[in-house]
Amino acid sequence: MAHLPVDPIRIIERFGPHLSAMTGARLSTSVEPERLVKTHCCFCGQQCGIQLKVRDNQVIGFEPWEDFPFNRGMLCPKGVKRYLQGSHPDRLTTALQRDPSSPSGFTAMPYAQAIARVASEITRIQQTHGTAAMAVLGGASLTTEKTYLLGKFARVCLKTPFIDYNGRLCMVSAGAANKKAFGIDRTTNPWSDMVGTEVIWVAGSNVAECSPITTNYIWQAREQGAKVIVQDPRITPVARTCDLYLPVKPGRDAALFAGVLQIMIERDWLDHEFIRDYTTGFEQVAQYCRDWTLSRTADVTGVPQRALMQAAEWWGTANTSFLFHARGIEHHSNGVQNALGTINLVLASGRIGKPKSGYGTIVGQGNGQGGREHGQKCDQLPGWRDISNPDHRRYIASVWGIDEQDLPGPGVDAYELFRKIDRGEIKGLLSICFNPKVSLPDNAFITRCLEKLEFFVSIDFFLNDTAWHADVVLPGSLHEEDEGTVTQVEGRIIKINKAIDCPGEARQDWRIIQDIAQALDRPQGFTFTQPREIFEELRVASKGGVADYSGVTYEKITQQLGVFWPCYSEDPKTGAPIEDHPGTPRLFERGSYNPVAKGSGPFYFPDGRARFNVAEYLPPVDDASAEYPIYLTTGRVVSQFLSGTQTRRIGPLVRQCAEPRIEMHPRLATKLGIADGDWATAETRRGTITLKALVVTTIRPDTIFIPYHWPGRKSANQLTVAALDPISKIPQYKVCGCRVRKADAAPEYAATLEPQQ
Amino acid sequence: MPKPDYLHFFIDPNRCIGCEACVQACSECDTHRGESMIHLEYVNRAESVQTVPVVCMHCLQPTCAEVCPADAIKRTADGVVQSARKPRCIACGNCVVACPFGVPELYEDRKIMMKCDMCYDRTSVGKKPMCATVCPSQALFFGTREQIEQLRPLSAPVNTFQFGNQTITTQVFVMVPRALAVSAAHVDVAAAMDEHPRSRAVSLKVVSSSGLDATAGDTDPFADVEV
Repeated sequence: MAHLPVDPIRIIERFGPHLSAMTGARLSTSVEPERLVKTHCCFCGQQCGIQLKVRDNQVIGFEPWEDFPFNRGMLCPKGVKRYLQGSHPDRLTTALQRDPSSPSGFTAMPYAQAIARVASEITRIQQTHGTAAMAVLGGASLTTEKTYLLGKFARVCLKTPFIDYNGRLCMVSAGAANKKAFGIDRTTNPWSDMVGTEVIWVAGSNVAECSPITTNYIWQAREQGAKVIVQDPRITPVARTCDLYLPVKPGRDAALFAGVLQIMIERDWLDHEFIRDYTTGFEQVAQYCRDWTLSRTADVTGVPQRALMQAAEWWGTANTSFLFHARGIEHHSNGVQNALGTINLVLASGRIGKPKSGYGTIVGQGNGQGGREHGQKCDQLPGWRDISNPDHRRYIASVWGIDEQDLPGPGVDAYELFRKIDRGEIKGLLSICFNPKVSLPDNAFITRCLEKLEFFVSIDFFLNDTAWHADVVLPGSLHEEDEGTVTQVEGRIIKINKAIDCPGEARQDWRIIQDIAQALDRPQGFTFTQPREIFEELRVASKGGVADYSGVTYEKITQQLGVFWPCYSEDPKTGAPIEDHPGTPRLFERGSYNPVAKGSGPFYFPDGRARFNVAEYLPPVDDASAEYPIYLTTGRVVSQFLSGTQTRRIGPLVRQCAEPRIEMHPRLATKLGIADGDWATAETRRGTITLKALVVTTIRPDTIFIPYHWPGRKSANQLTVAALDPISKIPQYKVCGCRVRKADAAPEYAATLEPQQ
Repeated sequence: MPKPDYLHFFIDPNRCIGCEACVQACSECDTHRGESMIHLEYVNRAESVQTVPVVCMHCLQPTCAEVCPADAIKRTADGVVQSARKPRCIACGNCVVACPFGVPELYEDRKIMMKCDMCYDRTSVGKKPMCATVCPSQALFFGTREQIEQLRPLSAPVNTFQFGNQTITTQVFVMVPRALAVSAAHVDVAAAMDEHPRSRAVSLKVVSSSGLDATAGDTDPFADVEV
């Protein structure tokens, strides 16, 4: 049923992406806003504070919000132009149904009728194939309230175990590693703690393009004397002036961390007291590192010996330090091991849980942190609880007013969910805030899966590339059309405020979910009338969990300009009610009390100790080979976000970087006979892509880079490999073998599609 | 109300990450919405990711105004050099050619020169310019001399520039390495044009006690990589 209804070019003609421009009140220099709404950017995990200018139910511009402490008015270009996603010609203002007889492939349908159709299809599929034949996909750009509701909807209303989310592509390696090492999954310190530290190690994070505001923190730290170490196959803007650049070969990060730790052990640059009193497992890690001699580490990682020595000396002998990592080391089939490797370096140094010393993972999506805490993950229940833990199940079942026996067990990760569709086990899909046709690896497979679905309903504000396959599309809400909370990169819960109403028949996403529950005749637990009520239930559901939000209120967030979780409603030590718990900006402080360790130590295990874990290096799946000799790595550009559903529709951002290019070193280009601007074809075992070459000395000569924000024949994920980390199930986006040649001719799309399409 | 005289504009190209937040924010200005007055360029993208943001330097003796045959370019009492005045500008482009910093632009469709006016609509009411407010790396900074001294101990502000025989003093400061600021009274722009950016701006330092190769100096970090 879910083959494309018409030629994709016809869908694009009607639904875009077309470009928004500054027109009317947005261009006028004399029109005054009626009001300013303090809220946050809708894009990355930093969640910069911003004020939206509103007039006549339209966002007409922005004004910096200099009082918000994280960004103090600073914004990247996406934040500046975010408001142009509203009042957009591509905006969905009615429900749509698939209609091959319509020129655009879809026709509008009344909202109520669309909801009825969705309910009847879900009922049919579940009656025919069982409740587990329906699956739900969510996303980490949704507010925490929505992610909570979605997890509850899948388990309570649909009674299916199969829900997962696009954070699977993003934060799960870091999350799994944090769980194993610390028993809690959150960056340890507020960013302001960074200024005044001695060493900052940035492992696999193109900070300047992916989390631009963090650049100022790093550079302010450098002004105060910090040395900056950057580990990346590309000389990114933060690498350009760093003190030590580690030009790591893609996919070799765990080896690098083991080699550096080995040097620290040999030179005795360790905090023995910390290791003895606050950790377990160091001996096994030391044993593993023994084989990582300096020369072997240099050979495997491609980082010169003296650079490894320098990194070990700076890291080993510092008094204070910060280590950050992001997708660069996490998007690997051993992504959890890579993240554990960084944690081992941190634990060996003892520099954690102190004002100028910390560890953090830079989250990618707006609610990358909150979206992974409250139950839209396949194995999770609210409050960072475990769906396989009988106590956790009983508690959440009691909050939800259901029998624990009726609560489904763990589902599967997002990619496995598609494999289940491929195998015919899942027949129906409800998707929101996820564009897997662009964002999942080997996406030709994803397209084939979408074609096999009996029924696919998508909730979105634009018709994204995946929704082209939908039977019904329900018009959801933009960020500025709803309120709720998100948790940003530091672990700070913040408040998103509504600026305008949804246009036409579009609805706030949580209302749509509840309307479906109503139509399924299972409204119990889905009768909230505002996001605040959802949040109040979430507070109760999270209470006693590791991610305890029970002491957080909308008022406290507004008053404190954010609340760092855990924030308790009852003193974890005495059980006495407390109303004024301020939250926990810094984790793991010596002498701190947490409900898991109960005073035995600062980490979230019963013995209060952090865990060293052997972080084993394994070569990447589909590594470079004689046949595919070049490494392909993928990532972002500063002016685009994720699969581009929003940013490829914002004119000024598209003009900044209109199309992807294949970035390669001049030595590689010369060997291949490719000049800057030539059409070049990259090929892996999955597929080919033809883009213009960008020839620059700022990338390893054995590696090419392609940004992933574009769809169809411009999609980098036609090439990437669906090799998943065995623990986190994150795909290995950051490396696979490929070959490159000068293209025979310009690609077909160049003549028919606009750059952003 | 004039721009407070204790607030200054500082540019630190070393911090620039090329994100164009300034360019995008400039086009949100309430006096020239839709047009950005900031130039942001790669110095040489083939060799480096180094970018440089250019705003109007607001010269004490503005060359653009001096060469204007129509006397269309005015400097406010508080030293802000403004865009050409509509009734006077004849769109001859003299200022575009003459400005040593390459700032003014001619808008052929409207027959007028427009350029950065330090967000006079904002700075004259006590706000910061849009670009310096949003700049995520604070390569563009607006504040007091004391603030910049405290925040940037490694560099120092310079506002005298040498272009061949022409010496220009500006309201806007450029941050240069502190040692350089002490030894030279001005930035020799013509000489700097002969310098080429390298992919990395720092040298690879080595461990003193390791007994490894102790040669310092700027090296190609990819020299050993085989293709």
